[in-house]
Amino acid sequence: MRPFHRKTTALACGLLAAALAAGCGFDTSASGGGGENEPETAGVTLYSGRIPAAIGPAIDRYEAAADRDVRVRFADTADLAATLIEEGGASPADVFFSQEPGGIHAVAEAGLLAKLPGDILEMVPPRFRDPEGRWVGVTGRARVLAYNREELSEDELPDSPFGLTAPRWRDRVGWSPASSSMQEFVTALRLRYGDERTREWLEAMVDNGAVSYPNNITIRDAIAAGEIDVGLINHYYVAQAVAAEGRDYPVGVYFPPDGLGSLMLLTTVGVLESSDRKPEAFDFVRSLLSPGSQGFFTASSKEYPLAIAAEPDPSLSVPLAEIPSTGDDLVDLTELQATIALMQESGAL
Amino acid sequence: MRAARAAPAWLLGAGLLVAAAAALPAAYLFVVVAGDLGDALATAFSSRTAAVLARTLALTTAVTLTAVALALPIGWLTVRTDLPGRRLWAVLCSLPLVIPSYVGAYLFIAALGPNGMLRDALGVESLPSVYGFLGAWIVLSLFTYPLVLLPLRGALRRIDPQLEDAARAMGRRPRQVFAEIVLPQLWPVLAAGGLLVALYTASDFGAVSLLRFDSFTSEIYVSYRSSFDRTATAALGAVLVVVMLGLLLLSSRLRGARVVHRLGPGALRPARPYRLGRWRWPALGFCAAVAALAFALPVGVLIYWAAEGISTSATTWSRAAALGGNSLMVSASAAAIGALAALVVAALAVRHPGRFSSLVERASHAGYALPGILVALSLVFFATRIVPPLYQTTTLLVFALTIHYLPLGVGPLAASLVQVSPRIEEAARGLGRGRAEVFRTVTVPLARGGLLAAAALIFLHAMKELPATLVLAPIGFETLATDIWTQTSFGFYEASAIPALVLLAIAAVPVYLLAERDIESR
Repeated sequence: MRPFHRKTTALACGLLAAALAAGCGFDTSASGGGGENEPETAGVTLYSGRIPAAIGPAIDRYEAAADRDVRVRFADTADLAATLIEEGGASPADVFFSQEPGGIHAVAEAGLLAKLPGDILEMVPPRFRDPEGRWVGVTGRARVLAYNREELSEDELPDSPFGLTAPRWRDRVGWSPASSSMQEFVTALRLRYGDERTREWLEAMVDNGAVSYPNNITIRDAIAAGEIDVGLINHYYVAQAVAAEGRDYPVGVYFPPDGLGSLMLLTTVGVLESSDRKPEAFDFVRSLLSPGSQGFFTASSKEYPLAIAAEPDPSLSVPLAEIPSTGDDLVDLTELQATIALMQESGAL
Repeated sequence: MRAARAAPAWLLGAGLLVAAAAALPAAYLFVVVAGDLGDALATAFSSRTAAVLARTLALTTAVTLTAVALALPIGWLTVRTDLPGRRLWAVLCSLPLVIPSYVGAYLFIAALGPNGMLRDALGVESLPSVYGFLGAWIVLSLFTYPLVLLPLRGALRRIDPQLEDAARAMGRRPRQVFAEIVLPQLWPVLAAGGLLVALYTASDFGAVSLLRFDSFTSEIYVSYRSSFDRTATAALGAVLVVVMLGLLLLSSRLRGARVVHRLGPGALRPARPYRLGRWRWPALGFCAAVAALAFALPVGVLIYWAAEGISTSATTWSRAAALGGNSLMVSASAAAIGALAALVVAALAVRHPGRFSSLVERASHAGYALPGILVALSLVFFATRIVPPLYQTTTLLVFALTIHYLPLGVGPLAASLVQVSPRIEEAARGLGRGRAEVFRTVTVPLARGGLLAAAALIFLHAMKELPATLVLAPIGFETLATDIWTQTSFGFYEASAIPALVLLAIAAVPVYLLAERDIESR
């Protein structure tokens, strides 16, 4: 019994000491969310749905240029949007970076975003910004057809994803119904063509033996390995592989002009109406759209840079201006639940 | 009777405080649901909700029964028999508890999935799918059964062997002795442990989402992630709270009003171990198989990744150690406060049963039944409106973890208090000590094992918690769990091997102490 007693006491003391340290120690160093007493040089607070590795250097660039700190909360875009909505006017955030279209839309609809100055809005083409001026696109992810360049040429491919239900594509097409990008694409189809036509397409795809993969990367690798010939994926997975493996990489991308075949999903940024550092926040947004930061986004992720001043990237085989405009890039993607229900009913999920 | 059992004022006050704190997430759901009652009711009573609820209850039942079916033989073998290497098996079979269910799920997919390591090793074309109900059932059972095993081993140790001796003397066969004497005494811990497994399963999101089982929590996530519809999300959360209340009621029925403390005089005599004889090898095989599947396999995969993938991982060992310090501080604080709060709830429930006590117990479980993200959002809601200075502090994070995992402490504490005879307390009272003093000098020391178990369980789960930590931690405050999230959000699970291993190593300490304590004090 003795040794146990001592151990328990030691453990209890340890826990208590840790509790006290956490209760008192951290708060002096780690809190300070109030902002009232902070020095003038205190910087911008960013809620980032984009992971540290995919935005960090762009933040560093701004910090160095503006001599200001950026404090970042990283989490899933949806979690951050829900947090912002609960915080309401009391949010410590100045800027919100939304990695998926639904997040910024929800925050904007809740009336939490400030109007951006005209000079920021004009940094990107009208196609890639909110018509009401509450947010701008930073990078774009295109939904494309990836194909095996050794088996097929571009002119053999259908002009629209609707063409993939033809008999000649039986058992040759890969998709990833469980991935969020595929679900966003189906949502856009529903909103453009209606639930009935979308359901028919989903059912025809299933009947035609479309092969389900867990995500975009496995589709790309299956095309490269010759398991399938065509896949519905995001463009940058191919661009990343081309950058890593060289020009001979067997998978190419094709932007079908019809049927939302080239839908552009945007990552976006907005400034909170409740921010008391709006000038700094606007500066930060300008910095994200500067050629330097846009170059980093392109180089690291192979997403399309959306700023007019951005340098084109040679590994993106089709320039942004040549991507067929679907007119649905700003589509309301908050209807995911109905999409998932439809995909389940049609047997795709 | 009633007068004799009335709880002292300080205990009532403490109970009220704990209940109020723990009920905050439920109160938030109520506020939101009340804002749009029509919509909320439509969501709560839709046929879709009913279907998902049925699926989730099926999974919950399957996982709970499996967890008990795994824990019962392992507990009995490692405490009451001459199983070779009992001490080792006790520790190894308790350790799966340190593995977060989301890590367990992705390791399971990586090892046994259709494109996994097993397929590569066997060189076959493809393996049967691990996704859906089957995968979720296996993974959740393997990583939750220690929630039953740990308190069970403590209870087995405290059972008075005299009853069994008497039963044997009267000619009962070993199987009958187990069924008629041992098992009834284990009901309280089995019910309490089973409740924790059931609530864990019902509120788990990590494993079910990775294994693509459409459970109630996935429904909640999809609802708020896609439509940002607070009303629908809160309505679904409220349904989950109601389900939790049902499970709690069921568990307390099972725990019942049985007398399980010793009535006889004298000190507890250690039980004589049963001889396993030729059953020793199957028994060993069973323990080894469970430990291999639930602990050695996942840890082996992580070590393999850490050794292979070191160059691709952004998290170095030294950074992981620093993050471990943060995890440790926050989790230890939640464990210390949570164990004390749980003691209040358990003392009320066991020593002063009644309407007030069961109200406190139910309220204390409200936070555990909800997914962490809802607990976090509720605290964002209240903190920004009522106590803005607390928002974005580690204090609020610790508070969230405490109320979220409080019930983990209530179970073991209630079970250990049930086994302490109130006569000892009455004797101390008779010798002139005040109520509070008796509580401090008699009840607490006797329930020491329960307190330690409570603190350890809360600590473990606080270490593993992810969504609430991401939302509530002060900006820039990272923990091992948030780092695992950062690393895996690239889609490469391998990159998370180092922080995951450090998390496991820290979490293993309290589990080891718990498992070892049972052996030492025998």
